[in-house]
Amino acid sequence: MPGGKRRFEHFEHGADVGVRGRGATMAEAFEAAALAAIAVVTPPETVRAEKSVPLDVTGADPELLLVNFLNAVVFEMAAERMVFGRFDIRIDGQHLTGTATGEAIDRARHEPAVEIKGATLTLARVAEDRHGEWIAQCVVDV
Amino acid sequence: MDITRLKQAGECEWHVEPAGKMRVPAILYGDEALIAEMDDKVYEQATNVATLPGIVRASYAMPDAHWGYGFPIGGVAAFDADDGGVVSGGGVGFDISCGVRTMLTNIDAERIMAHQKELAEALYAAVPAGVGSTSAIHLTDEGLDEMLRDGAAWAVRSGWGEARDLERIEERGRMTGGNPGFISARAHKRQRHEMGTLGSGNHYLEVQQVSEIHDAATAKGYGLEPDHVVVTIHCGSRGLGHQIGTEFLAAMAEEAPKQGIELPDRELACARIESELGRRYLGAMWAGINCALANREIIGHFAREAFASVFPDARLDLLYDVSHNTCKIERHVVDGVEKELYVHRKGATRSLGPGHEDLPAALKPFGQPVLIGGSMGTGSHILAGTGTSEDKAFSSACHGAGRRMSRHKAFKTWKGRQVVDDLAERGIVVRSHTSRGIAEEAPGAYKDVDAVVDAAERAGLAKKVARLKPLICIKG
Repeated sequence: MPGGKRRFEHFEHGADVGVRGRGATMAEAFEAAALAAIAVVTPPETVRAEKSVPLDVTGADPELLLVNFLNAVVFEMAAERMVFGRFDIRIDGQHLTGTATGEAIDRARHEPAVEIKGATLTLARVAEDRHGEWIAQCVVDV
Repeated sequence: MDITRLKQAGECEWHVEPAGKMRVPAILYGDEALIAEMDDKVYEQATNVATLPGIVRASYAMPDAHWGYGFPIGGVAAFDADDGGVVSGGGVGFDISCGVRTMLTNIDAERIMAHQKELAEALYAAVPAGVGSTSAIHLTDEGLDEMLRDGAAWAVRSGWGEARDLERIEERGRMTGGNPGFISARAHKRQRHEMGTLGSGNHYLEVQQVSEIHDAATAKGYGLEPDHVVVTIHCGSRGLGHQIGTEFLAAMAEEAPKQGIELPDRELACARIESELGRRYLGAMWAGINCALANREIIGHFAREAFASVFPDARLDLLYDVSHNTCKIERHVVDGVEKELYVHRKGATRSLGPGHEDLPAALKPFGQPVLIGGSMGTGSHILAGTGTSEDKAFSSACHGAGRRMSRHKAFKTWKGRQVVDDLAERGIVVRSHTSRGIAEEAPGAYKDVDAVVDAAERAGLAKKVARLKPLICIKG
């Protein structure tokens, strides 16, 4: 993964899954959080870069922006029947633009475990935890 | 949960008296062990709900309650529009009108077992399940709007169901007040190819055998006899419901402060019933209920076709179809006065007692079937609504076992193949597109459903009628 410091993980939340991304900037942390969301469904590293879809969302504060961003990704996955392996986004205040790159879901190859119904504000947090390391997280409902 | 924070008010009833900004008490149902095992977040969320404007009587948590989004899963709360009451997206959930239907069959367990694999394959082929699945039903915008207005009645009219089913579905299969005009183009788009699909996660279709009868008279009234076989379907409003939930939760989170609603937790986002946003959500959500009712009717039709391909003499009759993620207008007596209330049930099943006017004639003497799903390896229960549940929790009961282990941990603990083999050894055939999904839904990841229904019965929320054991499980 380019950038080096970007990484994602899951954290436990009852019946559902917490997704957490880290990066050198807020945008990098958001991109990593989106990869964490993909990993709920299928390992993102198995996804081929065949098609990009544009993303354009707003949010009144960073947490709402994260949730709205993840929900835009969930929408593209459901409506276009795609999975994604790469996100390239820019955040400008309350406005996020960028692309999600991936391919049509292949049930044999991706073996999708579960679909995400939506991203939630539960445990939503966007912050610069340490100097130069951003964290972006929330719980997704599956 | 620290049980010393609660005041015991009955064998399975625990109260939190109003404190701070709570307008009413919080009442939790469950035996001591279930309450002690509950997450502290259930306490926090149930007491948070008690602070919302217009809440009536109490904020309730069912015996299977666990940490949800604003509301606990297993939460019940009623609001009075005339008292500034609210409607909450989190009080309904993302999967609007997720629910359960059980269909009686005329095929006994012995015949099923003689053709178990063949029937499992037929059902697996007939019912689209799992992420990315589609059915042969593809709707235009006009078709979607008709479906959103007429629910299961639309499915029957379109040839995917039987007219006799309708009286056995909540709201007679059609939720009034559903307004497709309040549903976004994105929600439309997300649903276009999802009609008649099961979904994923904890959604399933099971062929189950009646393994225990607890109440012979009610079981007979419901048409359940020992060793009889039923088909149970658990799913909801698919992508359309998820998209409605997503969009309105975000809108409510932004607007609640402008409506003067003080939220102890942002996820408790809500809107005044008597506001433009509240009205739009109710219209959209009620249309979402129709989507779920139509979806389960279609899947029931697919199940009938699969059964007929294996057993030409098969007849599947709907016992009942009931949702556990809804907000509905209902009339309840509060302090001696009958009122129209907006009753939220998030992971809670309506539980109407005998004689209730909303029940079809055949079920009226016995109370409403309350359909409770367990995990795929353990069992499920059919309960009956009781007269006492009205006073206990606006005629509500539990909805399932509830998870005791996260998906992540379950995936680390079990292998899908091993789970399938273990269940096969116990005579249960599981079919799924996803091995990882099976591991995440392993029986051990769920709480004991028997303890939950025992507590529901002892609390007076519903009474046990029959226990079901799975023979075939199609996992989404």
